[in-house]
Amino acid sequence: MNVPRTAAAYAEEAVVVLDGVTRRFEAGNPALDSVSLQVLPGESVAVLGPSGSGKSTLLNLVAGLDRPTAGQVVVAGRRVDRLGEAQSARFRRAEIGLVFQFFHLLDELTVLENTALPARLAGMARGTAVERAQTLLDRLGVGRHARAYPTRLSGGERQRVAVARALVNRPALLLADEPTGALDTASGEDVKALLQELHQEEGQTIIMVTHDASLARSYASRLIRLVDGRIASDVPVLPAAPADPGAPSGAFR
Amino acid sequence: MSPLGQVVRAGISRRRIAAVVTCLSAMVATAAAVAATALMIVSSQPFEHAFASQQGADLTASFDGAKATPALISATAHASGVSSSAGPFAQITLDGQAQWQGAEFGLPVLNVVGRPDPGGPVDDVTVIAGHWVTGPGQIVLSTNQADGLSPGATVQFSDAPGDPTLTVVGIAQSVTNTADAWVTPTEATALQPTGSSPEYQMLYRFTQAGTDAQILAGQAVVTGMLPPGSLVGSTDYLAAQLQASGSTGPFVPFIVAFGVLGLATAMLIIINVVSGAVGSALHKIGVLKALGGTPAQVVRAYAMIALLPSAIGVVLGVVLGNVIASPMLHNAEIAYNTGSLNVTGWTDVAVPAAALAVVALCAVVPALRAGRMPANAALAVGRAPRPGRGRFARRFLAGLPIPQQVGLGLGTPLTRPARFLSIALALAFGAMTLTFAIGLVSSLNGVNTGIHQAQQLGDVNVLLNAPAGSVSSGGGQVHIKIGPSTSPVTPAGAAAVESAVTQQSGTAGYIGESQQQIGVLGKASSVQALLYQGAATSPYQIISGHWYTGPGQVLVPTRFLQSTGTSVGDSITLVNSAGTHVSVTIVGEVLLLQDSGMDVIADAPTFPGTEPTRLFVSLKPGTDEASYVQSLGNGLDPLGAAAFGNPQRGTNQTILAMDSLAFVLTLLVVGVAGLGVFNTVMLEVRDRTRELGIYKAVGMTPRQTVAMVMSAVVALGIVAGAVGVPAGMALHDYVIPIMGHAAGTNLPAADVQVFNLVEEILLVLAGAALAVLAASAPAGWAARLRTATALRTE
Repeated sequence: MNVPRTAAAYAEEAVVVLDGVTRRFEAGNPALDSVSLQVLPGESVAVLGPSGSGKSTLLNLVAGLDRPTAGQVVVAGRRVDRLGEAQSARFRRAEIGLVFQFFHLLDELTVLENTALPARLAGMARGTAVERAQTLLDRLGVGRHARAYPTRLSGGERQRVAVARALVNRPALLLADEPTGALDTASGEDVKALLQELHQEEGQTIIMVTHDASLARSYASRLIRLVDGRIASDVPVLPAAPADPGAPSGAFR
Repeated sequence: MSPLGQVVRAGISRRRIAAVVTCLSAMVATAAAVAATALMIVSSQPFEHAFASQQGADLTASFDGAKATPALISATAHASGVSSSAGPFAQITLDGQAQWQGAEFGLPVLNVVGRPDPGGPVDDVTVIAGHWVTGPGQIVLSTNQADGLSPGATVQFSDAPGDPTLTVVGIAQSVTNTADAWVTPTEATALQPTGSSPEYQMLYRFTQAGTDAQILAGQAVVTGMLPPGSLVGSTDYLAAQLQASGSTGPFVPFIVAFGVLGLATAMLIIINVVSGAVGSALHKIGVLKALGGTPAQVVRAYAMIALLPSAIGVVLGVVLGNVIASPMLHNAEIAYNTGSLNVTGWTDVAVPAAALAVVALCAVVPALRAGRMPANAALAVGRAPRPGRGRFARRFLAGLPIPQQVGLGLGTPLTRPARFLSIALALAFGAMTLTFAIGLVSSLNGVNTGIHQAQQLGDVNVLLNAPAGSVSSGGGQVHIKIGPSTSPVTPAGAAAVESAVTQQSGTAGYIGESQQQIGVLGKASSVQALLYQGAATSPYQIISGHWYTGPGQVLVPTRFLQSTGTSVGDSITLVNSAGTHVSVTIVGEVLLLQDSGMDVIADAPTFPGTEPTRLFVSLKPGTDEASYVQSLGNGLDPLGAAAFGNPQRGTNQTILAMDSLAFVLTLLVVGVAGLGVFNTVMLEVRDRTRELGIYKAVGMTPRQTVAMVMSAVVALGIVAGAVGVPAGMALHDYVIPIMGHAAGTNLPAADVQVFNLVEEILLVLAGAALAVLAASAPAGWAARLRTATALRTE
C-alpha cells in the first residue's frame, strides 16, 4: 500500500532527483523544460511521450551523458550534472546500467567480452569479470552464445546481452532507452518480461523510455508522460491481477 | 550546382578537418618527394651538371706577359678548334694571411685572378655568398680556399707592394678551379710584386675536348700562335673532373639513400591518406546508391572528395618542396663544390604529376570497389571495420594480464590491417631514416675526428724551424707564416728546443714529428714519411693491424695499399733522400686522406738521424695555455722555433653540410611519417565515433580512452622501430663503407659500428614516441567526444 510522502522524504531516499532541469540545444524550444521528478529505489518508471518530447534527453541527463542547461540532476546521492568526464564515466559504470534501442554492442567483441567490458574497465580482474558476465548471460538465457559475436544473434538475444552488460557492475539504476524499439513483437515482449522480472524479483530500479503506452502500463509501476519537454502526467500504475502462480517465469527461463 | 557537385562540396565542407589533413599530408609528402628527387638528380654526375651550367673551361692556360702581350693572347680566341674563350685576365701568385673573427689563418699560396665580373662565355663563376668585387680593396675567395672564412674576413698579402689588406666580399665557385681568389683587373695589376713579370690567364672551350689528347691538340694550336715559351702552365677540366669525382663520391650514396626513403615514405602516406578518405565514406556511398546514384556517379563523387584536397595539397607541396629544397641544395652545393643548384623544371612537373597519379589511383580503386558494391552491402558495412578480423590475435591480447583498454587498443590495428600496415611501414621508414641519420652523423664525426686528430695532437705545437716572421701565440690563434722552412733542424737545435720544452713549467710530455719525402722501392717514387718520436699510442685511427712497436714497422693509409698492391704484413723497402735503404714491415692500415693517401708512418729511429720538425706538447692539467705559449715562446725565439696553441679550425664545411642535410632530410621523412600517423588515428577516431560512444557509455574514462587509442599506435611504433632500426643500421653499415671507398679509404670499425645497445633501444622507442606525438591530438579528441553525440553517430 502506497503511503503519501513529502517531497523531502522523496529527496532523501530517491535514487534519482531532477530539480528544475532544462536542456536547451542550439536552436528552437528546449528539449526539456523545468522538469522536476524523483525516483525511489525499487521503482520501475516508464517515460512516455511522442517523438521529440524529450524522453531520450531526460535519460541522457540521468546517465550523465549530457548536462542540463539549468537545474540539478542527482543520482544515488551525487550531482551528476557537476561531474567531470572522467568522474562521470566512473560514476556511470558503478551506479548506472544502460540499455539502448539499437543495443550498441561492440561487434568486434564476443558476447562474453561485451558483457564483461564495464567490469573490466572498472578494474575487475579478468577471471572475476568473465565469471560474473557468464553467470548473468546464463540467467538471461543467452549463456550459450557467450563465445559468439553479436552479429550472429537475433535482435532479442542481442538486447538480452545488452541488459546483461548493463547489470554486470550491479548498478543502483537501470536506464533503458526504447529497449524494444528495434525488436519484433515477440522479442519485444521477451525483453519487457525480462525487465519486469528484474524489477519484481531483484528489486532493480528501472527507468525505461518508450513510446508504447499500453506496453509500458503493463510492465511499469509508474508512468511519466512528457509533452514538449514538460511532464504532462506522473501517475502510478495499479498492480495487475496476480498471474497464475504455477506459470513459469518468462525472463529467467 | 549538379547533385554530384553538391555531394562533393558537402563531403569536403562537412569534413573540414579530414580535408585539411588530406591536403596537408599530400602537401608534405609532395614537398618531400620534390626535395628528394631534386637532391637525387643533382647527385647524379654533379660535376658534369655544374660544368655544363657554368660553361666550365676545357683548358685554363697561364701565359708569361713578358713574352706574349695581352693583344697576342687575345688573338688565340680565334684559333682553330676554339669554340669560345674568356680572358686574358691578369694573374698573380701571392702568399696570403687571412684574419676572421679575431683569429688568423695561414693560407696556401693563392692564384689571384683579375676579373671584372664573374660571368662570361667560359667559366661562368657562381657567387655562393656575398657579391663580386666592385672596386679596390675587395677580394672574392674561391670555395676551395674559403674553408671557415666568410665575407667580412680580410686577407693580407705581404708579397704585394704596400702589404695591402683586402676585404673578402664574396665566396665564389668555379667548377674548373680557375682561381683561388678574384680581384678587379686594376687590383690585380696593383698587387703585382715589384720586379716580377706579369702573367695572364686565358680560358678556352674547344670543339673537341673529350680526351686529354684532344685538349692537348687544342692547346698546341693556341700556343702555336704565341712566341715560344709563352705558356707557363695549364690545367684541363679532366683533372678537375677526376678530383671532383673523388671528393663528391662519398655524398652520392648517402643522398640517394635518403632520397629513396623520403620518396617511399611520401608515397605510403599518400596511399594511406587518400584510400583512407574514400574508405571511410563507404557508408555514405551506400546511402547515395540507395537514393538512386549510379555506380559511375558514386565513383566520381567519392574519388573527387579525396582528389580535390589532395590535388590542392600536391600543388602547394611543389611550392613548399622548392622552398625546402633550396637550403638543402645549398648544402649539396657545398658538398659537391658545384655552382648554384636548383630544382629542375621537370622535377616540378613530373613529381606532382606522379603524386597526382598515385592520388587518383588511390582514390579511384576504393571508389570503384564502392561503386560495384550493392547499396545494402555498403550501408551494412558502414564505417566500422568488419567484425571478426584478427579475431584470434585480439582474443589473445584480451587474455593478457593488461588493462582492458590497452588490450582493446592493441587489437585495433588487426581490424584494419591495410590502413595500419601502411602506417607501420611509414613509421618503420621514419625509424630507419632516423637511425641511418644518427649513425651517419656519428660516423662522419668519427671520421672527421680521425682524419684531423693527428694534426691536433697535444695542446701546444712547437715548430722547430719556424719561417722568419713567425710569432709565438696562444689562445687558439695561429701566427705561423706558411712557407718553406729557413734551414733544416740540426741535432743540437732539436736537443735545445726539446730541452726548453721539457724544462718549461707545465709541460706534461710531447711527441715529435718529422716529415720527409721518401721513395718505396719498386712501388712509388715519392711518398710522404711521417716519422714520430715518443708516440706510444697511435695518433691515427687504425683500420686494421696495430700501432708500431719499434723501428722497422710502418703504418700506411688504404690508398697506399691499393696503389702499391701491398697489404698489412707485407715488407717494403723505403729509400730516403740520402739514398738510405730501409726494409720495413707494414703492420697497420690507418685512416689518413692527406697527401692523396700516399704516406708512410713510422717510428723516427726507422731513419737514423731524423730530427723532429714539430713537437706536439701536452700540458699538465690546470696550465694556462696562453701564458705557457708566451713563456715558452720567449725561450724558443732565439732557437729559431715558435710555439702556438693547437689550431682548431672547427669542423669541415663539407661534414657540416652533410650533417645538416641529414638533419633536414630526417626531419622531412619523420614529419611525413608523423603526419600519416596523425591522419590514420584521426580517421580511426572518426570512423569509430559510435563505438567510442559505447565505450564511454559503459564507463570508459577519458584517460582510458586515450590509453586505448594510444596503445594501438604505440604498439605499432614499437614494431615499426623494431623493424626500422635494424634496417637503418643495415643501411648505415652498407652505405658508410661505400662512402669511404668513394673517398679512397677503408674505415675503422669504430667509425662504422657506431651503435650501442642503449642507442638501439632508444631508437626503437623513438618510433613509439613519434607515434604517440602524432596520435596525441586525435586521441585527445576521442577522449573529449560527447557520449550522447557519439552514440547518435551513424
